[in-house]
Amino acid sequence: MPQLTCQDLTLGYDANVIVRNLSFSVNEGDYLCIVGENGSGKSTLMKAILGLHTPISGKILAGDGMKANKIGYLPQQTSLQKDFPASVREIVLSGCQGRCGMRPFYNKTEKQLAADNMERMGIADLAMRCYRELSGGQQQRVLLARALCATQKILLLDEPVSGLDPKVTAEMYQLIASLNQEGITIIMISHDIAAAIKYATRILHIDEKIFFGTKDDYLKSEAGRHFMLREGGGNNDCDF
Amino acid sequence: MIAIFEKINLYMQYPFVWYALVVGILIALCSSLLGVSLVLKRFSYIGDGLSHVAFGATAVAAVLNLTDQMVLIFPVTICCAVLLLKTGQTAKIKGDAAIAMISVGTLAFGYLLMNLFSTSTNLSGDVCSTLFGSTSILTLTKAEVWVCAILSVVVVAVFILFYNKIFDVTFDESFAFAVGTKVNAYNLLIAVITAVIIVLAMNLVGSLLISALIIFPALSAMRVFRSFKAVTVCAAVLSVLCALFGILISILAGTPVGSTIVAVDVLAFAIFSCVGFLVGGVRK
Repeated sequence: MPQLTCQDLTLGYDANVIVRNLSFSVNEGDYLCIVGENGSGKSTLMKAILGLHTPISGKILAGDGMKANKIGYLPQQTSLQKDFPASVREIVLSGCQGRCGMRPFYNKTEKQLAADNMERMGIADLAMRCYRELSGGQQQRVLLARALCATQKILLLDEPVSGLDPKVTAEMYQLIASLNQEGITIIMISHDIAAAIKYATRILHIDEKIFFGTKDDYLKSEAGRHFMLREGGGNNDCDF
Repeated sequence: MIAIFEKINLYMQYPFVWYALVVGILIALCSSLLGVSLVLKRFSYIGDGLSHVAFGATAVAAVLNLTDQMVLIFPVTICCAVLLLKTGQTAKIKGDAAIAMISVGTLAFGYLLMNLFSTSTNLSGDVCSTLFGSTSILTLTKAEVWVCAILSVVVVAVFILFYNKIFDVTFDESFAFAVGTKVNAYNLLIAVITAVIIVLAMNLVGSLLISALIIFPALSAMRVFRSFKAVTVCAAVLSVLCALFGILISILAGTPVGSTIVAVDVLAFAIFSCVGFLVGGVRK
């Protein structure tokens, strides 16, 4: 039973259809990379999975006792957050908001969960620091720790390495890969096709032609070769 | 110095001075609490916009000769607050333009109505006191003080109860949506509370200066403190102190209450900016 299934999904705004007849499924422990050009509908698909956007037609099914709000989400940073006065601890703790329901304050279990996840992301010593004073990589770790507070099972990452320098980008990918090895399903939106091929087990390519399948199939497919050619093979840091 | 204390002591014997202090402090407290969230959500100007709406509603109420003007002012202001905050993301007319539109539109209509239908002999005095805060804070009745106190307690209680949720929807709306938090409901809550505070604060500082009460304490606190909780607490304390000093100074020096409070707020902002600059310099 897949964790998440999308059937014949058509996405768009008003009469403006962006993606047609999209079908794919994600199993537990998968590492799915969603690639495609800007404006191809990657972000819209992610919003649909999160329930922020209603598909024009088609279904999104969550299996295995998954609820939509049990997905951990790492959004792209907004300009608003750049000067937001909040401590790391406050932000990570806010990942537990879904567990609270109507209860106004966080309880001991949730505070412990936040502390554990900060430990896991290696940011425990930053707990009292201000979010806006951290480096880009540290900020992403904070948001990742927050996403982990919201889920045990599945993470959705929206361009997790945009704006990071190459060294920090590599560290971030390592971190995500290690989470995947711990059994957490990863769904990642990315521009970085090289990294997608290096780390992902499955690839969803959204374009005029939609490709969904394993990494090896993707490399053989037309869409994949096309994409690789256009990328120009300039990704020297990749060892496939 | 002793003379000043004696003078304050003398004034303290009058109940109307107490009323003014109590109401002033409560309003300052309430407005500063939400200020942090509104500034961070880029809604600094909503205070200004809504207070002009309240001004327009006051004018209509005056023309209609309503005995209790609040019956009209509260619903109208709350409706506009909801409209402004709710349509913020999706509207055809974007946030800042919508606020500007509603704000100047209602201001113009209010003044127009007052001019056309006013029965008062001192029209410009009326308008001026609605815009810049009247001395009516010094002529409050016991009932008005109670209404203000009860509403303030409700606002503070709601804020404390929903403190974590307000943080969630302020820091990251899309994450909050994704984990199932009722973002729209909480935004609505923030809008309604904002409207209530603004209507309350109109008596104190008037339509034109309300924004100052909402944003200055929050901005000052953000210069120095680095966590949401610290900023909120600091803004509340600072706002209360500024209101206290402002009212006392205005009584002693005979200056207008509203603008004195705002002047003290501005001074506090300058001091906090310097402190923030110095502390920041040391940290780097």
